[in-house]
Amino acid sequence: MTIIDTTADAPAPKGPADDGSGPLLDVRDLHVEFKTRDGIVKAVNGVNYNVSAGETLAVLGESGSGKSVTAQAIMGILDMPPGRIPQGEILFRGQDMLKMSYEERRKIRGRKIAMIFQDALSSLNPVLSVGYQLGEMFRVHQGLSKKDAKAKAIDLMDRVRIPAAKERVNDYPHMFSGGMRQRIMIAMALALEPDLIIADEPTTALDVTVQAQVMDLLAELQTEYNMGLILITHDLGVVADVADKIAVMYAGRIVETAPVHELYSRPAHPYTRGLLDSIPRLDQKGQELYAIKGLPPNLTRIPPGCAFNPRCPKAQDICRTDIPALVQVTERDGSALPGRGSACHFWKEQIHG
Amino acid sequence: MAEFKKSGEAVADATPRTTGVDKVDAATETAAVAAVEKPAGRGEPILQVRNLVKHFPLTQGILFKKQVGAVKAVDGISFDLYQGETLGIVGESGCGKSTVAKLLMTLETATAGEVFFKGQDITKLSGRALKAVRRNIQMVFQDPYTSLNPRMTVGDIIGETFEIHPEVAPKGERRRKVQDLLDVVGLNPEYINRYPHQFSGGQRQRIGIARGLALNPEIIICDEPVSALDVSVQAQVINLMEKLQDEFNLSYLFIAHDLSIVRHISDRVGVMYLGKMAEIGTDEQIYDHPTHPYTQALLSAVPVPDPSAREGRERIILTGDVPSPANPPSGCRFRTRCWKAEAKCAEEVPLLAVPERFKGQDTPAAHESACHFAEEKDVVGAV
Repeated sequence: MTIIDTTADAPAPKGPADDGSGPLLDVRDLHVEFKTRDGIVKAVNGVNYNVSAGETLAVLGESGSGKSVTAQAIMGILDMPPGRIPQGEILFRGQDMLKMSYEERRKIRGRKIAMIFQDALSSLNPVLSVGYQLGEMFRVHQGLSKKDAKAKAIDLMDRVRIPAAKERVNDYPHMFSGGMRQRIMIAMALALEPDLIIADEPTTALDVTVQAQVMDLLAELQTEYNMGLILITHDLGVVADVADKIAVMYAGRIVETAPVHELYSRPAHPYTRGLLDSIPRLDQKGQELYAIKGLPPNLTRIPPGCAFNPRCPKAQDICRTDIPALVQVTERDGSALPGRGSACHFWKEQIHG
Repeated sequence: MAEFKKSGEAVADATPRTTGVDKVDAATETAAVAAVEKPAGRGEPILQVRNLVKHFPLTQGILFKKQVGAVKAVDGISFDLYQGETLGIVGESGCGKSTVAKLLMTLETATAGEVFFKGQDITKLSGRALKAVRRNIQMVFQDPYTSLNPRMTVGDIIGETFEIHPEVAPKGERRRKVQDLLDVVGLNPEYINRYPHQFSGGQRQRIGIARGLALNPEIIICDEPVSALDVSVQAQVINLMEKLQDEFNLSYLFIAHDLSIVRHISDRVGVMYLGKMAEIGTDEQIYDHPTHPYTQALLSAVPVPDPSAREGRERIILTGDVPSPANPPSGCRFRTRCWKAEAKCAEEVPLLAVPERFKGQDTPAAHESACHFAEEKDVVGAV
């Protein structure tokens, strides 16, 4: 059993379509905690993942699993204090961003790493026209004039397929529909052609038909620019559609990593299994749904051992005392399954039955 | 559901009707058998909705307000709800699902149309008679974080219903009754003095359900009851709702946008688009044999949480957004986004009826669909 320190996609350090310098983003043993009146909330407890250019990593988890906090730590938009990063590294092209100065990080933010937020209506400024907000990227980072920035903004709106971009560039956010607003958010993230985009629940607020449009657009643009994409979501369906690899988070830790197809066909962690089983399926109509019993843990008092143990149907004594490390998952004959890891003491039983 | 009728009746019952949905589909012996034990005892519908309309006026001017138009939130909807069954309503945001819920609760006054509860038109009622009917139709709300008063204890929240309807529980018994209710929904009866913030989302939704159950209603209208909950907790709440339905023989009107959950819990499903019912039928008819293009597009757009099932399926991605309900397209409302639209669609409003071509046929496609060019198209099979 080898302990894997990263969630490397393949044994080789290069991801698909790499420019030869290893993964684009490499998060190593990241911890984030918040000081509150009720004690220290340990939101992220040792997360490792990496993304290469052109690759999509989906981070899957319920609310409070630390998936968004990890993203905020990468972007450097965490409120500190009360937030604190006691240990860990966030390497972007090999450089640790946590050791950079504020100005250095600012140069990366938006230009190299951009973020798409969940709720487009509350993320856009209601008193500024969308053209002005889109152009801000060019004015601040590239020093363009207002006029040139606006021309670029129109160009961007065209690229995310907003009809009649020229006429609508001076419209305000409330004049757009939900799907269009989300397109503007995507356009804003794309503005400076970043290397990596972090999309935090980009379609949760949208209807299914619009969600399909937006996800397709995102996937298309990603291929076009060969960007890395971190997709944060709680929707198992959305993940299956676009991701290359998946990291499942629970209570601030990654409990399983796998290429997308394998996660769905053979989960190696009881939590993943439970999540998949709780989706209503056709052949179970009229029967009781499988439900993971209990509630996600309170992050001020994470259970000792495996955080999932109070809810786990397979929990044994060792689960209540020892924290399971994310280990390489192997085939029955011992050959390693590339990119697969599980943080469960009994992953063998889980995956091999 | 279909299996409660003899299949022999199926062929005879093929005349177009605006309301009846108790047609028999051919697939009596197939997958639907799994749900036979559901207590969907047919007979008289408990709730009949006929041509229900709700227009919200748009006005202009400050002193002299004049109406310049109307948001046609619900524009002529008819359906039946039977004792002990679950009718799922799906559709995109803005299609009028929640307005339907409010109209059935008589929280909004209908512009036109009737809602018959056991033969009595509740849109015409007021005062004492309305209060008596409201006891029988209760609601579970979407967001358990905002639908419970943070300054009231759980006991007060659930017990408040008895103050409005004192005949249900005499004063001395109320506390015990609330504790019973907490027990029924799977909460510790000792939590009666706690406040909502002391509970998690799933537990709060259980409190909301207990409040809905307090008056022993016959119908519970659930407006997106699980969409605010985490995936692992959703299943718990859905299971609880199914258990309660069996126990108290409740009828649910289940409004949601999650198609897989609606399929799981519903006996019949109605698909709404821009204030109108596009298609209605049993869960199998809608999900496996949709004939309305909108239903087909909706089903194909659902992200399927199983990569292998996804590979073979055809995806229909609709262009554009839902038109404004203040100014809906002429004729068929879906025509602006429909790939089949022809001149006829702009002129004639398609009626919700069994399509001509399937009439008299013993196929699951023979259910009501409001499309001029209704045809079957197998789009998913995975939801």
